[in-house]
Amino acid sequence: MSHKIKKATRHTNQNEGLIFEKSSPGKRAFELPPLDVPAADPAKALGPNHRGEGVKDFPEVSEIEVIRHFTRLSTWNYAIDLGMYPLGSCTMKYNPRVNEFVARLDGIATEHPLQPQELSQGCLKILKLLENCLLEITGMEAITLQPAAGAQGELTGLLLIRAYLEKQGNPRKKVLVPDSAHGTNPATAVIAGYDVENIKSESHGQIDVDKLRELVTEDVAALMITNPSTLGIFEERIPEIAEILHAKGALLYMDGANMNALAGIARPGDLGVDVMHLNLHKTFSTPHGGGGPGAGPVAMKKILEPFRPTPILVEKTGHLALEHVRPQSIGKVKAFSGNFGVLVRALAYILAYGPGIRQATEDAVLNANYIRKHLEGTFDLPYSLPSMHEVVFSDALQKRNGVNTMDIAKRLIDYGFHPYTTAFPLIVPGALMIEPTESESKEECDLFIDAMKSIAHEAATDANLVKTAPHTTRVRRLDEVGAARNPILRWDPSRPDKTTVQKKADVAEARHREPAQVTPTA
Amino acid sequence: MRYLPKSPAERQEMLAAIGAKSIDELFASIPERFRLKQALKLPGPFSEAEVIQYFKERAAVNAFGYTSFLGAGVYNHLRSVVTDAIIQRGEFLTSYTPYQAEITQGTLQAIFEFQTLMCQLTGQQVANASMWDGSTATTEAVLMAERITGRTRVLVARTLHPEYRDVLTTYAKNSGLHVEEIAYGSDGTLDQNILKSMLKDDVGAVVVQSPNFFGGIEPIAALVDVVHASGALLVTSITEGVSLGLVKPPAEADIVAMEGQSFGLAPSYGGPFVGVLASRDKFVRQMPGRLTGQTIDTDGRRGFVLTLATREQHIRREKATSNICTNQALCALAATVHLTLLGKEGLREMAHQNLSKAQFALDLLTKIPGVKRTFTAPFFNEFTIELPRSARMVNHELLKEKIVGPLPLGPSYPELTKHALVCVTETTTRDDIERLAKGIARALEQPVQ
Repeated sequence: MSHKIKKATRHTNQNEGLIFEKSSPGKRAFELPPLDVPAADPAKALGPNHRGEGVKDFPEVSEIEVIRHFTRLSTWNYAIDLGMYPLGSCTMKYNPRVNEFVARLDGIATEHPLQPQELSQGCLKILKLLENCLLEITGMEAITLQPAAGAQGELTGLLLIRAYLEKQGNPRKKVLVPDSAHGTNPATAVIAGYDVENIKSESHGQIDVDKLRELVTEDVAALMITNPSTLGIFEERIPEIAEILHAKGALLYMDGANMNALAGIARPGDLGVDVMHLNLHKTFSTPHGGGGPGAGPVAMKKILEPFRPTPILVEKTGHLALEHVRPQSIGKVKAFSGNFGVLVRALAYILAYGPGIRQATEDAVLNANYIRKHLEGTFDLPYSLPSMHEVVFSDALQKRNGVNTMDIAKRLIDYGFHPYTTAFPLIVPGALMIEPTESESKEECDLFIDAMKSIAHEAATDANLVKTAPHTTRVRRLDEVGAARNPILRWDPSRPDKTTVQKKADVAEARHREPAQVTPTA
Repeated sequence: MRYLPKSPAERQEMLAAIGAKSIDELFASIPERFRLKQALKLPGPFSEAEVIQYFKERAAVNAFGYTSFLGAGVYNHLRSVVTDAIIQRGEFLTSYTPYQAEITQGTLQAIFEFQTLMCQLTGQQVANASMWDGSTATTEAVLMAERITGRTRVLVARTLHPEYRDVLTTYAKNSGLHVEEIAYGSDGTLDQNILKSMLKDDVGAVVVQSPNFFGGIEPIAALVDVVHASGALLVTSITEGVSLGLVKPPAEADIVAMEGQSFGLAPSYGGPFVGVLASRDKFVRQMPGRLTGQTIDTDGRRGFVLTLATREQHIRREKATSNICTNQALCALAATVHLTLLGKEGLREMAHQNLSKAQFALDLLTKIPGVKRTFTAPFFNEFTIELPRSARMVNHELLKEKIVGPLPLGPSYPELTKHALVCVTETTTRDDIERLAKGIARALEQPVQ
């Protein structure tokens, strides 16, 4: 059988070993300016602490080898710069290059966090403006920019809640977490010293408000909600949910991972949320970079303000200052003052949009609904309430022929896309979680829809093709079970490597592997 | 708007395909009273040039152009432009966590190389794919030691970076851990007698930084026996990774937590940096964070995947070893490229320049009347000096000469108010050091205000 894959086509892709395998004594890739002071004698200066030889087995290569090595590696990656990356709740939007430029400016990249504050007013102004912008977007009353990532934001938020409740006389014992929640939520609650009680979602995938009413006692410190939920559906009853919690003295924490559905349209602060984190590497365009860095600012209502982690940004007459002494603060959550370089990028993004940030949110929701409309019927839609910025299908229809969400995801790679999120949220068995973001053109959305329809057709008529995908990547499906059973977590020259030796371009191998079914179009 | 690839006509087409008359219909699930009727009050929209202008104006009133002698956990080191040429490639910059291994082998192999380099540097057997920074890596190392030993008492050297101790305190409060401080001796390193007296069979972790906050090198090999005798684990924290070019790695320690900022990352007013967590193979299942492992595909070709994920939050949820999800991957890539560029000889030479310039600075500064070396322990590129008057006042004078002087220790160490921490790296010129010495001498000659 044949079909047309419109987006992607095969191209020569070079092999590359580990940098250690290219190493040879005496090669250098970097030179320093000459020493302008008398040379110290390390053996004399350090005594028994002296590391006599260089770092054992450290690579020794030339500059061009470094450039080629990492350039070749980079060509093995998919990226937003190449096309749609429909991972649900990750918000894989365009990472504007001006953000990279401003983060690298002299006077921005060069600043030391412990330098005198009178020489850091530029940095502090940036922090202040970002604080104000994020408060405006979230509708909250106070904020901290310290946390290094969403998970650390969640921890900070729960520690704020704990401190507040402690001040009231009782920190309480448990935190309620929906079964649809991201794994960081329960993991964080435990680190904050709380027991986790899971609350089962109701038949539409939303918070079960009746069940919540039963569960909220004076032992409950908070509910951690994601809104829109991890199904991409707005929790319409959130004001009621907030009331139930507040009536018993508990607080509402919102995981802000899905803010891309709300920015400029609605504000969590108006909905009754007491405290929330934002993921700047999601909603606010800072690059994912293969897994980070990110930033997880925490915005809150006034009642939690006294407990904010230090340092606190304050306005004095004519200047800004960071204050480190705050008696009620939960303390420091990270050294220095947050992932400043990430904060700079997020502010650059906000400044580029201004009040027009609403348009980005509208386009994100438009794209998700467009995709949902075209794929409804082709894929099972377990929860039919309106989708916002993401849509969650299931593999129920394809499962009939033995094809599951992971198989479909792997086949999607052959069509030139990165897979969507598989197997999450947990409340949808065989989930396909798709979030296009506003960065996708109609053209890219149409290509994605065509690809998904084609794969559904393949699943029904040639299941094995899908189950053995991907076919066109430089490596086939990788053995994850074997990797965990016998972990090899570093290069070790004393351990023989029995895998196939990588030569430059395995042309013969490529010909042998060309599946007849995959016909690239012109 | 330049980031949005839609024409008005396309938006209409798509709405029609959905069957909606306007975009507002797609937000109907938000109760009407919560839908904003007005635009948010935000600055902008700015064109690209205006965005750049905004940040250039902020940059102009910061410290760039001053000569700095600050270290204390953040270090000015040479960085090759090659690093940015690599990490700015869209395939690295705009890629995601490599959960789908077949399409992210670039990231995965680079992480595998990072893990390897960190083991080589620290003398440990396994390292993870990064933590957020040195302060949280140190904290997670302590939590890991607690999990391994099942004990709740933690002894922390007073010479561990004050901000790292603060972060540990924040986390420890809610983990049922009791943290106590071990005083330092007159040589500026951990007082081993005090350590011995504090060690009982309820201590899970002993945390020592080396080179420590005062710049002194701690005798890790000697400490480890004392620590192990009580059944505790030794956690070594490293804030200046370049030291490992010349200083023996803490191979005997059970867990190493390191800040990798020195490996090609700009100071950037405190972040993003990169935390390193390294340990023994036998403890790997208690490690937090991501791990990349080598494996094969269906054709027997070598490839790499994230592995041992049952430790992590997305699998184990409330029973995970940590809540960490997003880490510092691009920073770890930068460190990998940087260290590959430096190589064995380059790192050693860089370390040697640091050591030489610091020795030169110490000699010059202690020749100034009244300026004394505080501690006797060997040091790498940071050392502490005592001034005859407040370090703050001296620094105030130095600022007039566009010098950011050494860090006054008083705020974090009330017993050391006349002392300051001097940091010298390979980026500090001989001329800079001589200017510092002259500046301090001049400042000390001023009449006391």
